[in-house]
Amino acid sequence: MSDVKKFLYVNRRAPYGTIYALESLEVVLIGAAFEQDVALAFVDDGVFQLTKGQNTDGIGVKNFSPTFRALGDYDVSKLFVERESLEERGLSEDDLIEVMYEDEDDDWAEKPAIHVVSRAEISDVMADADVVLSF
Amino acid sequence: MKIGVLISEGPYTHQAADSAYKFVTAALAAGHEVPRVFFYHDGVNVATRLSVPPQDERHIQQNWTALAKDHGVDLVVCIAAAQRRGMLDANEAERQGKDANNIAEGFRISGLGQLIEMGIQTDRLVTFGD
Repeated sequence: MSDVKKFLYVNRRAPYGTIYALESLEVVLIGAAFEQDVALAFVDDGVFQLTKGQNTDGIGVKNFSPTFRALGDYDVSKLFVERESLEERGLSEDDLIEVMYEDEDDDWAEKPAIHVVSRAEISDVMADADVVLSF
Repeated sequence: MKIGVLISEGPYTHQAADSAYKFVTAALAAGHEVPRVFFYHDGVNVATRLSVPPQDERHIQQNWTALAKDHGVDLVVCIAAAQRRGMLDANEAERQGKDANNIAEGFRISGLGQLIEMGIQTDRLVTFGD
């Protein structure tokens, strides 16, 4: 279908402290219903959005990190996390939550939706996108 | 060219709503189409009809309202972001049991689907924010 566009959501900020991360996720969840090609990029402090063991009890704000796991159920299978941003913050892939999706082209096999990629690859994903929404 | 605009920062605090206004005005003057502007995050606060800036300052909401009236630009305020921040139209105020509403003429409250739809239907989506 020619009217399918490549949407890229760029998440640049920490999950708490500002509302951008939460309201970005709300856009992604609504956008998933439009049957477009969807990808997410996590760069800079945005990589903290996908870290394990988030606990917001002390700040009186809802912990929305479990919602990322629902993205797999919406057929969102491309969550690109920038390796350099992880390393700059002393993080690795092991610090990230698991987000799985079922690959309909592979007999619905469960596969990880999070892909740790290089800064250069993130750059290619951005160049390839039709619509970039940056939060 | 069809251009969609997203404004994601609040008025007066941030230049986004001003720059977007200048951009849309220039784009229309150059013969482009701007079918819709979408207000998100604190950008929804542009739509309040209760803003009273000093007389020697620009009136951001009135600028946008005039643009909508003169050029038929669809000014859409995200309902989820708006409700968090106390921005209600008459229908929503009634539905939520509130005693007032504050959405200015020319703006309408709607869902995030309108942002996605704008991305699909325009040739470019231009964001004004941080």
